[in-house]
Amino acid sequence: MTYKIVASQCTSCSACEAECPNMAISEKGGTFIIDPKKCTECLGHFDTPQCVAVCPVDNTCVIDNSLPRYQAP
Amino acid sequence: MDSTANLESGASGANVDMDAVMQQVAEHKGCGTEGGSGKASCGSGAGENDLPQEIWDKVKNHPCYSEEAHHHYARMHVAVAPACNIQCNYCNRKYDCANESRPGVVSEKLTPEQAAKKVLAVASTIPQMTVLGIAGPGDPLANPAKTFKTFELISKTAPDIKLCLSTNGLALPDHVDTIAKYNVDHVTITINMVDPEVGAKIYPWIFWKHKRIEGIEAARILTERQMQGLEMLTERGILCKVNSVMIPGVNDKHLVEVNKAVKSRGAFLHNIMPLISAPEHGTVFGLTGQRGPSAQELKALQDSCEGEMNMMRHCRQCRADAVGLLGEDRSEEFTTDKIMAMEVNYDLETRKAYQAAVELERVAKVEAKKEELETLAGVASDIKILTAVATKGSGLINEHFGHAKEFQIYELSTGGAKFVGHRRVDLYCQGGFGDEDSLETVIRAINDCHAVFVAKIGGCPKGDLAKAGIEAVDEFAHEFIEKSAISWFKAYLEKVNSGEIVHESRGDAEIRQGALLAAAD
Repeated sequence: MTYKIVASQCTSCSACEAECPNMAISEKGGTFIIDPKKCTECLGHFDTPQCVAVCPVDNTCVIDNSLPRYQAP
Repeated sequence: MDSTANLESGASGANVDMDAVMQQVAEHKGCGTEGGSGKASCGSGAGENDLPQEIWDKVKNHPCYSEEAHHHYARMHVAVAPACNIQCNYCNRKYDCANESRPGVVSEKLTPEQAAKKVLAVASTIPQMTVLGIAGPGDPLANPAKTFKTFELISKTAPDIKLCLSTNGLALPDHVDTIAKYNVDHVTITINMVDPEVGAKIYPWIFWKHKRIEGIEAARILTERQMQGLEMLTERGILCKVNSVMIPGVNDKHLVEVNKAVKSRGAFLHNIMPLISAPEHGTVFGLTGQRGPSAQELKALQDSCEGEMNMMRHCRQCRADAVGLLGEDRSEEFTTDKIMAMEVNYDLETRKAYQAAVELERVAKVEAKKEELETLAGVASDIKILTAVATKGSGLINEHFGHAKEFQIYELSTGGAKFVGHRRVDLYCQGGFGDEDSLETVIRAINDCHAVFVAKIGGCPKGDLAKAGIEAVDEFAHEFIEKSAISWFKAYLEKVNSGEIVHESRGDAEIRQGALLAAAD
């Protein structure tokens, strides 16, 4: 399970970086990215994904549907 | 309480599709052309003799906490705090146009190290820069490591600079001891409500204890934290200013309650500011058509809250990276590229000498005002009128009418000349009204004034102003504002009493909302 950040909507406010329990978020090229290898969707840490909860722009931290595991078999 | 019941024009009604608005906010990329907007400043009109000595010592060089100081001293903000822990319907931090001026907007974010270098560069260039504030573009206390690292660096390299921060208050109680430790002795809390039902209309959510909390519950937690934080600060002798955004139909009447609540908890100064709201800002209020107050509405509310508490009326609602006197923005001179290339020579003695000269200027100004006021003693009249002043600072009428980017507004009565506000008149992109005559713009902005004091004015605009009922006065060029205004007012009363003129009241004026088109010269 992993989230991604929609770069065109990201304000680069960095709020998600500090909240991520997995240190999966970092700044790259003026916007923030989530390392899919580290993201756990906050399962085991919090009730809701912290990046989604703190992000000031709705629908900017979203499930990365392009990953093979989310594709229909 | 039904907020929509009070709405007079174009405010957010029940039939607004909030999902559509939120998507517009998400997609918003800023003004299509270039942006910019209403600036604001901070402060109280109280002078040296009206305040206890220890308080006066804290505010006398702080342009935001003292109206009197704001004519002489400058401030700067460093944008080290981008993250925020709440969402406000009047805020959209995506909008980053260099010409946009309102809270929450910056051109570039700084690291604490870059911020410290910038402070030294500005302090060396502008010796009257006495205050360093951290005001965002998010919330300083949602970025505590960056905020306090910045204060730590600056307190070592430039110990004479006052430290200041501005917060929404949610995280404030957790950081009061650290604030005290770094000698931050001015804290501003933005408090727009003390009733969660009102708050739910202003704050869609807060991020609290790892959860996003919405609605009335969010506003209830926020108001509790704000009040607790305010009490903790005043207990420690830290001077608190409360900022409130006046949102007609939402919290305008309620701000009287807010004023009582913060006054009783020891706030020093209350700054009621007009909502800045335009569709091109991409804020929820901008997109729902929520209007800001008129000049008269704002002044009436400020007047009604003015009692035992100082009201700030000189706030220019500046950017989170503003530099300079309130009402001017020199941030373009201090971009990261420029400051990194600068040879900085921080000379405390030069700064002290410059500031000593400023103090002499201030004393002369206050003396002149006092002397002139004595000549009004014994004159009886109920007449109160507003006048506009074109000034570049130092408390002088020293700006050409056509060059003024703003006018300062003074209320004249037999009690003297009182600063009651300012009107920004620089070139705005007004969403469809960009071609309007700039003189018309000025007249609408100072339409509630009987006169405008200028250093110089052309015959043509002078005539047009006269037709609009505003007298252009240039006989006091380069003289002190208050002394000149009192002198003019005395002559005005004499003319009224002799029957030469008939006193008539003026109409309302407009608070500019649009985006700034032309950058400062």
